[in-house]
Amino acid sequence: MSKFQKKQAGTKQQVPTAAMPDIIFMLLIFFMVVTVLREVELQVRVDFTRADNIEKIEQKRLVSYIYIGPEILGGGQYGDTRIQIDDALIDDVYAIRRLMYDKLMEEPRLIVSLRVDQRSEMGVVYDVQEELREAGTLRINYSTLRGDQAPM
Amino acid sequence: MLQKKRKREEAEVPQAGMADIAFLLLIFFLVVTTIDVDTGIGMQLPPPPDPDQEPPPIRERNLMNILVNAQGLILINEEPASIQEVEQLVTDFVDNANRAQDPNLSEDPRSAIVSIKTDRQTPYEIYIDMLDEVIGAYRQLRNEASQSEFGISYREYRNRVPREDDVIRELYPQNISLAEPDPGS
Repeated sequence: MSKFQKKQAGTKQQVPTAAMPDIIFMLLIFFMVVTVLREVELQVRVDFTRADNIEKIEQKRLVSYIYIGPEILGGGQYGDTRIQIDDALIDDVYAIRRLMYDKLMEEPRLIVSLRVDQRSEMGVVYDVQEELREAGTLRINYSTLRGDQAPM
Repeated sequence: MLQKKRKREEAEVPQAGMADIAFLLLIFFLVVTTIDVDTGIGMQLPPPPDPDQEPPPIRERNLMNILVNAQGLILINEEPASIQEVEQLVTDFVDNANRAQDPNLSEDPRSAIVSIKTDRQTPYEIYIDMLDEVIGAYRQLRNEASQSEFGISYREYRNRVPREDDVIRELYPQNISLAEPDPGS
């Protein structure tokens, strides 16, 4: 202890910068934890619709997304309405059942967030919902923006 | 060899660069982070139908049929309506027992069912607008009930009580049925 004091007395007074990396590291770790890197490459266009009576999804880790919208063909062209789960476009609607069932086994409290393009037709959405019922993933969420929010 | 190493140990590891490295990483994560919360309309789907079991009988008066076609025209219990009226109509229908006590509307909020049916061609946007109105009506009702029972808003009440003990939710259970869409033309 005495040795330490002696040392301090010997050096010139400076603003201690030794703790700075620690502070920065703390900030860094905070942002690393908060960050959710965009894990999927969207292959369908999703323009969100708006609603007023919406709720927040607090537990992001429980959420699995299903994207429904016109396929992006490149060059500003859009194709038919397709369904995308994770990184793959789904050709067969019945495949959703098995996919979602597997996800449900991994996370029993799964919430399925349906991100549907506002101009999509209800027929597709209904078919997907039927598959979700069969899979047993009954908690869903229609992703929308707040009514007065600017479009993304 | 050994001596040389000892000598090096005495020299301090330069720590000045560490802050810079940490800063760089920090800035990277700052840029990458999007603190956006997912918002949306939460729904609970019904479990898949059991083929051996008949669906339970529902009295006609407890069911509110909302039909939305591809053009966004609305039919509520066979009568045309506009989207602005929906919230009021749903409120009247669900809370009939405490309001008008019309014999054609629901017996009590617990057995009231709102059924939304669309065409396959109905745009998703119109469907969500519709659902939004219905949810809005329920939210309004729950809020009123919570205000009169406990003197606090439903949002506040919900934060205080666990989901199982939520008497307001039990009183207004939000039975929304999503019927199979018509094939349409």
